[in-house]
Amino acid sequence: MEQTVNNPPEASSAYNFAYLDEQTKRMIRRALLKAVAIPGYQVPFAGREMPMPYGWGTGGVQVTAAVIGPDDTLKVIDQGADDTTNAVSIRQFFAKTANVATTEKTAEASIIQTRHRIPEKELREDQILVYQVPIPEPLRFLEPRETETRKMHALEEYGLMHVKLYEDISRHGHIATTYAYPVMVDDRYVMDPSPTPKFDNPKMDMMAALQLFGAGREKRIYALPPYTKVKSLDFEDHPFEVQSWKDECGMCGATDSYLDEVILDDKGNRMFVCSDTDYCSERQEAGHRGPQHHDQPLGTSHNNGKAAE
Amino acid sequence: MSEMLHATNVAKGFTLHTQGSVTIPVFEGVEFRLNAGECIALTGESGSGKSTFMRMLYANYTCSSGSISVLHDGDWLDITTASPHAILDMRKRTMGYVSQFLRVIPRVPTLEIVAEPLIALGTARETALAKARDLLTRLRIPERLWQLSPLTFSGGEQQRVNIARGFIADYPIMLLDEPTASLDVQNRATVLALIEEAKARGAAIAGIFHDHETRDAVCTGSFDVTSFKVGAND
Amino acid sequence: MTRSHEPLLRVSDLTMMYGDRVGCRNVSFELRPGEVLGIVGESGSGKSTLLRSIAAQQEPTKGTVEYHTRIDGIRDVYQMSEAQRRLLMRTDWAFVHQNARDGLRMNVSAGANIGERLMAVGDRHYGNIRSTAENWLGKVEIATERLDDLPSTFSGGMQQRLQIARNLVTSPRLVFMDEPTGGLDVSVQARLLDLLRGLVHDLNLAVIIVTHDLAVARLLSHRLMVMQRGEVIESGLTDQVLDDPQHAYTQLLVSSILQN
Repeated sequence: MEQTVNNPPEASSAYNFAYLDEQTKRMIRRALLKAVAIPGYQVPFAGREMPMPYGWGTGGVQVTAAVIGPDDTLKVIDQGADDTTNAVSIRQFFAKTANVATTEKTAEASIIQTRHRIPEKELREDQILVYQVPIPEPLRFLEPRETETRKMHALEEYGLMHVKLYEDISRHGHIATTYAYPVMVDDRYVMDPSPTPKFDNPKMDMMAALQLFGAGREKRIYALPPYTKVKSLDFEDHPFEVQSWKDECGMCGATDSYLDEVILDDKGNRMFVCSDTDYCSERQEAGHRGPQHHDQPLGTSHNNGKAAE
Repeated sequence: MSEMLHATNVAKGFTLHTQGSVTIPVFEGVEFRLNAGECIALTGESGSGKSTFMRMLYANYTCSSGSISVLHDGDWLDITTASPHAILDMRKRTMGYVSQFLRVIPRVPTLEIVAEPLIALGTARETALAKARDLLTRLRIPERLWQLSPLTFSGGEQQRVNIARGFIADYPIMLLDEPTASLDVQNRATVLALIEEAKARGAAIAGIFHDHETRDAVCTGSFDVTSFKVGAND
Repeated sequence: MTRSHEPLLRVSDLTMMYGDRVGCRNVSFELRPGEVLGIVGESGSGKSTLLRSIAAQQEPTKGTVEYHTRIDGIRDVYQMSEAQRRLLMRTDWAFVHQNARDGLRMNVSAGANIGERLMAVGDRHYGNIRSTAENWLGKVEIATERLDDLPSTFSGGMQQRLQIARNLVTSPRLVFMDEPTGGLDVSVQARLLDLLRGLVHDLNLAVIIVTHDLAVARLLSHRLMVMQRGEVIESGLTDQVLDDPQHAYTQLLVSSILQN
C-alpha cells in the first residue's frame, strides 16, 4: 500500500497495445469525440468482447484502452479503494497489455478509472477520469422503451425525471435517491452520473479534468469536457443536499470525505473510515490522526458509530 | 306587429328505411307566421303533426322541403340551412322550448337545472339562482327539493321544473308543448300568468294546449295544422 | 385568444387509406371552443382511425388538420415539427383512452400521474404540484387520501377518472376521448358521464368523443357525425340526428337502442 509508481516487469507480446485493435480504438475515440462535443449525450458505440463479463467494468476498460498511451500512469479504484479485487484485476490487466506505469496516488495518475466514487482530491486539467457505468439511461426505470427515452432526450422532455423525485418525496418525505442521482448537464441533457454517491455530484460541476463514461453492456459512451456545468435535479422546496456524517474518519480524522462504515467485531462495534484509501493514507502521512488510529490511546473513541445521514 | 318567425312552403315526410323505405307524409305547403306579443295555439286532431311542426320550428326535426326563418340577433336565420353552431346559438339566446318531458341529467340539483339557461347567457350565478328560486317557489316546488335531482320527482313536479327552466330566460320566441299537462288548477293558473308575462314583454309564443281553458285564456290566435295535411286539399 | 366565431379546429378532406382499404374518407368539419362533437358508429366504421388522425397520432393519407394555437395562430398539425406536436399534446390537447391503463403510468402514484404534465412544462415546486394534484383528485371525486397510492390499487372507474384528471390538469382546450366509458359497469358509466359533462361545461372544453353508445353521445355532444365503413353518412345537431335520422344506417342505429 506504500508503493507509488509501479513499473511492470514485462508486457505481454501476445496482445495489441491495451488489448484492443487499432480500428476499435479509433471507433471508440470517434465516439468519445462526439460525446465530448455534446456533454451528457449518450453516444452508441460498438462495444467489443472483453476478457471480463458484463457488470465488471467492460465499458470503463474499453474507454481507458482507447485513450491510454505508453507514457500514462494509471490508477484504478473500486468504491474508492485501490486494493479490492476489481481494481487490482483491472490494474494488472493494463499493466500486462499496455506496459503502463500504475499508481495508487491520485496526484500521480494521468488516467483514473473508477467504479462508484470520485476521488476526494481535486483533479487537474491534465488528468482523465473514466467512470464505469451499468445503466447509462437515467429515465430507464420509469420509461422502459428505448424509442421513447431517445425522443425525450432529443426533445428535452424531462418532466418524467422530476416525477421520480416527486415519488421519492411523497414516499419518504425527502428525495431518497442517494446514488446515481440525476444531473442536468450544461443546461441541456439529463445524465446519470453512474452509481457514485450523491455526495460526489458537486465534484463533477466545473471539474478541471476530462470525465469519460463507458457502459459496456448497454454500449454507450458519454462525457463531460473540463469545466462543464453540472447541476443536480431538485425541487425549489426540496433543494439538493449531500450526505453528511456526525463522525470523522477513524483513521485520519477527516470530516469532509465520504465515509464507509466498517463493522469491527461481533459485538457491533464499528468505525467510519474514508472510502478513498489514497486520500486517507495521504492525510495520515501528513500527521492527521483519527480516534481509532492505532497511534491513538485507547478510550479516545467516544462514538459507537452513528449511521450516515 | 313585428314578425319573429315564418315558415314558408314547409313540407314534412318520414322515410322509414328500416321498414322497406316507406314514406309517411305528414303535411305540405305550410305557411306560418309568428309575431311579437302573440300566443298562437297549434291545433289539429291527434296525429296531424302539431308536435312534429313544433319540433321543426326548434330545428329538432328537419324539413323535407321549404324554409323556416327566425329573427335572431336582428337578422333572419333560415334554420333549415343554418350550421349547427348557429342553431345552437339561436336556441341559447332567441328560442326557448318547453317540452312535454324533462330530460333528466342525473345528479344535477333542481336549482342548477333551472338556473342553467340563464347562466349560459352570461348572467351572474347568484342572480340566476335567485331567479330560479323565485320561479320554483311560484310553481310550488318545495324548498327541500331544490338540492335534489328531479329524477325521483312526480310527473307533475318534473313538468313544473321544466316550465321553470323554460321561463327563466326572457326568450324572444317560445315554443310550449303541452305546458299544463299533469298540473293541478293552482299550477295551471301560475303557468297562465307566466305566459301572460311573456306576452307582455313582447315574446312570440306558439303552443300546443290540450287544455281548452288555458288555450282560450292566453292565446291570441290559432293555427290549424290539419289543414296542411297531405291530401287534405285534394 | 380564439374568438368564439373562429374555429378552434378545422379538419379538411381527411382520408386514411390502408392500401385499398378505406380507414376513413373525405371527412371535413370545424370545431369551436366549448363544442362537443360526437363520432358514432359501430366497430369497423373508422371512427377510431379518424380520431387518431385528428389527434396527430397517425398522419393521414390525404387532408389536413389545422389547429388554432395559443400564440402562433392557425397551424397545420402535421406540418409542425415533432417537438411542437408533442408539446401540443402535453399542454393544449388531451387524449382520454378507452383503457385507463393506456393513459396512465401504473408504476407511479396518483399524485405523480397528475403532476407529470405540470412537471413536464417546468413546475419545480413540490408543494404546489402536490396541492394541485390533490385539488384535481377532488374534482374527479377520488378521495384525496389516495394521492400517494398506485393506480393499480384503483377500481376501473377510479382509474378512468384519474386519467381524466391527469389530462385536464394543464387546462387543455381540446380533448379527444375514445370510448371513455367502454368496459365500465353501467352505474360507474353514469357517474363518469356526469363528471365529464360537468367538467366540459365548467372548463369550456372542446371535445371530440368517439363512442358506439348513442346514449353517451346524446348526453355529452352538441353535434354528431355518424360513420359507416369509413364514410360520414350523416351529421348535424345531436338531437336532430337522433330524433329525426334521415340515413338508413342512422335509422337502424337509433332503432336498435333498447327502449326501457
